Amino acid sequence: MALSIEDIKKVAHLARLEISDADASATLAKLSGILGLIEQMQAVDTTGIVPMSHSQDLSQRLRDDIVTKTNQREAFQKNAPMLGNGSAELAVAEGLYLVPKVIE
Amino acid sequence: MLQTKKISSVELTQTFLGRIAQHNPNINAYIALDEAKSLAQAKAADALIAAGKAEPLTGIPIAQKDIFCAKDWPTTCGSKMLANFVAPYDAHVITQFDAVGAVNLGKTNMDEFAMGSSNETSYFGGVKNPWDTERVPGGSSGGSAAAVAARLCAAATGTDTGGSIRQPASLCGFTGLKPTYGVVSRYGMIAFASSLDQAGPMAKSAEDCALMMNVMAGFDERDSTSLNREKEDYTRDLAKPLQGLRVGLPKEFFAEGLDAGVGKVIDEAIAAYKKLGAEIVEISLPNTGLSIPVYYVLAPAEASSNLSRYDGVRYGHRTAEYSDLMDMYCKSRAEGFGAEVKRRILIGTYVLSAGYYDAYYLKAQQIRRLIAEDFVEAFKQCDVIMGPAAPSTAFKAGEKVDDPVAMYLQDIYTISTNLAGLPGMSVPAGFSNGLPVGLQIIGNYFDEARMLNVAHQYQQVTDWHLQMPQGIE
Amino acid sequence: MEWEVVIGLETHTQLKTNTKIFSGASTAFGAEPNTQACEVSIALPGVLPVLNREAVNCAIKFGLAVNAEIAPRSVFARKNYFYPDLPKGYQISQYELPVVGKGAVTIQVPAVGKHPAYEKVVNITRAHLEEDAGKSVHGAVEGMSGIDLNRAGTPLLEIVTEPDMRSAAEAVAYAKKLHELVQWIGICDGNMQEGSFRCDVNVSVRKKGSDTLGTRREIKNLNSFKFMQQAIEYETRWQIETLEDGGTIQQATVLFNPDTGETRAMRSKEEANDYRYFPDPDLLPLTISEEDKARVKAQMPELPEAMKARFEAEFGLTSYDAATLTASRELADFFVQTVHAGAEAKPAANWVMGAVSAKLNAEEKSLTDSPVNPNQLASLLKRIADNTISNNAAKQVFEALWNGEGDVDAIIAAKGLKQESDSGAIEAIIDEVLKANPAMVEEFKAGKEKAFNALVGQAMKASKGKANPAQVNEILKKKLS
Repeated sequence: MALSIEDIKKVAHLARLEISDADASATLAKLSGILGLIEQMQAVDTTGIVPMSHSQDLSQRLRDDIVTKTNQREAFQKNAPMLGNGSAELAVAEGLYLVPKVIE
Repeated sequence: MLQTKKISSVELTQTFLGRIAQHNPNINAYIALDEAKSLAQAKAADALIAAGKAEPLTGIPIAQKDIFCAKDWPTTCGSKMLANFVAPYDAHVITQFDAVGAVNLGKTNMDEFAMGSSNETSYFGGVKNPWDTERVPGGSSGGSAAAVAARLCAAATGTDTGGSIRQPASLCGFTGLKPTYGVVSRYGMIAFASSLDQAGPMAKSAEDCALMMNVMAGFDERDSTSLNREKEDYTRDLAKPLQGLRVGLPKEFFAEGLDAGVGKVIDEAIAAYKKLGAEIVEISLPNTGLSIPVYYVLAPAEASSNLSRYDGVRYGHRTAEYSDLMDMYCKSRAEGFGAEVKRRILIGTYVLSAGYYDAYYLKAQQIRRLIAEDFVEAFKQCDVIMGPAAPSTAFKAGEKVDDPVAMYLQDIYTISTNLAGLPGMSVPAGFSNGLPVGLQIIGNYFDEARMLNVAHQYQQVTDWHLQMPQGIE
Repeated sequence: MEWEVVIGLETHTQLKTNTKIFSGASTAFGAEPNTQACEVSIALPGVLPVLNREAVNCAIKFGLAVNAEIAPRSVFARKNYFYPDLPKGYQISQYELPVVGKGAVTIQVPAVGKHPAYEKVVNITRAHLEEDAGKSVHGAVEGMSGIDLNRAGTPLLEIVTEPDMRSAAEAVAYAKKLHELVQWIGICDGNMQEGSFRCDVNVSVRKKGSDTLGTRREIKNLNSFKFMQQAIEYETRWQIETLEDGGTIQQATVLFNPDTGETRAMRSKEEANDYRYFPDPDLLPLTISEEDKARVKAQMPELPEAMKARFEAEFGLTSYDAATLTASRELADFFVQTVHAGAEAKPAANWVMGAVSAKLNAEEKSLTDSPVNPNQLASLLKRIADNTISNNAAKQVFEALWNGEGDVDAIIAAKGLKQESDSGAIEAIIDEVLKANPAMVEEFKAGKEKAFNALVGQAMKASKGKANPAQVNEILKKKLS
């Protein structure tokens, strides 16, 4: 499947990665090479083969419904990013993480 | 060594810190050091030793790959995205080392988010191979590899998603083990490709790796894929003779693409095993060639999702100027991730996107089963599988940077064991043109103790693992 | 042209667990922002999910309650999209293999105008376990949104129906039935104000008789039955008008504005989503054995359908009464406790559905806050049964009970409501009445039946309402014959 610049841009948007036109062209060449490698798979007949998600055929273990976590907001929010747009403050206020206005 | 009181943990830690101060500016193996923290741990370890409560690794300075969250240590995963991240909790592996009183000597450099085979994708710069500083140490555990090779630590931790312990072990000339998937907890180990990632030891000898495994392995209820097995002593079989050991040689591991010099070293190692009493069996792993395409679908797919949490909201890099939420996301992520990480996110996003899932992701998971079944068949005929760990010796920095496909082929012999979830290791087996070559040993599920035995017996009759690069004595 | 509306519901029920679906953080409502957001909730690098056993039990309970297939093996998948309240950049959900498969619930659609009440079966397509997102809060800082991740990771069971409903009334009846059911089996607290039970309603219209579905629009996050009714009615009218004006319906996600009573398309969801679902490699397949099901079944209360049938058989209640009493667990429990306390079933049913419910409705109270408990009600009904008080007097006693004026017998005594059952005393009263009303006696003897009732009335009046009416009837008949 040949990849186009539009594909790159669409996928970059899905992945929330800003990409310039120049970068998109350069990326196109490299990704096409990688996809070429991947295409080798299409020669294999996999009819009826059960996909393998995990190397061990095990079931999910279940956890008891007991509260084990305590409030660590202060410690965690020390890692908050800078607010940006001219502010060197951390992007937290009143215990909340701050982001540009979310529009519904 | 420490228990015999020849030297204290504090002295040993100081010695390593001195060597690091001397050589790290050139090698760039460590990206975070904290002398005060390390020495405090060493002091506590000396107290344990004095009290007669020492275990084999008590007081031993260990280098930790910067993929493991260690409380109050910078934990960057080699990325600008996490350049300012200080972990508020400990990974299971870190907790295990703390519990036996080992010393955390520092955090080691790595390919960004463990994506790379040369350590050149690190935001903190490349790592130099102590055997030839113009060459790469391999990756992604390149910092740990260089630290072990240059004796800048007693031992190190690494992680291996497609060869990231074994390929650098091969390129830097020491012993590295990737255990069976699920043997070492992934809790607190920053995820690259969750169904393939596995932590393991990197050390001079198989014996040291066994001691490391005794600390690292074990059930952890916080990781759903952690295997609930009885605790084992990985040193228990080291002394066993190898008489009658059936060694399988997959013909696909000796075909086109293998460097002749590397091939010669591997042949000599096999000959040494024959002398030790091993029987050689020719086997086939027919789907080996497909392991790279399958890996480059599954690993990027999982990675694209695992790396979505780096959005500049709660931690990590946020762009300086942004107009709205979308702009903040796209800029923060474009700036925070390097080129290789972005490439893999794009591939992963593409193969999972509407209309392509069946042709790529599902197909890759089906072939993954074929690859795993190859090993099941092979282990009916042999006890361990041997071959090269990497197709060549260490290559020059910059040589493959612009050719991702060539770089990906570095992992041709290692990836299939990750896909199958099997244990694999690399053992120093000699030199080609003055550069180390690693022999890969692949075992059946949970056969780590036997593999360590197989490596240890070889290390009793060879001294490749004891050789040191020049200029760093 | 006659149009038909086609409705399907997706309901997010928050499961009543102590901790989150994949971590040991508390799910208690109303905590300070991000104080219940542990390292897993905020998706720190390196954290991993482990599944909560109780969330799985809740899913099994629901599956059993709607007679659904419970998957012996189901798989958690990642639904990938970026949103600030979704810390991992993906939601752990179930996609191809959900824990609960096809099932059904029977709903009672109430009478509207000329249309009588009826029953209908709504088919459940599936129900799957997933994690809730956090919340965006506005106003903390000008021009910014604040993210609170306390709710992130709260277990949800998303229950999806077939597009089986054909009116707003049916959709609301289904939602109410489901709301009662999840509380009945104890998997959800049902608190709609706190968002424990949220409905997304898919609405499309088509010409009557057509068997193809029209393009649907999804009304998101309805958290009241009243709004659901209004939203569906508005949306239906809007779609029909749009089509009749020659327009077309675009698939969209819409929000209902209770202030205007209108629906409008959401801006943020305009772009087509590509969720890139794939099995979560951090979680293994969930397996549920027959033993697991049996163990959960043993902990489950009797289900409403079974209880309804039992009420009909054991207590001789009508189907309607049995259905009404089993519409909620509290109501059914109240009734059963009243009977266990010694009341006869039929009067107990009438009083619970009548006086008790009316009082609660009038005062907007729930049954758990009822000032009259089942024991008190049973005492009251026993006094009616043993002829101590009349039905009329019982209403006064009930009123007094409700106002906390003491126990039944004390109220009867204090208010002097004990009815006269001494036949000698009643006879004396009747003799007085007959003497005082010769004209009425004449009329009766001339064949006017009405005069008999008038004489009964006079006798009751003379006894100040305390005479047992049945006895008055009997004695009067004897005297006049």
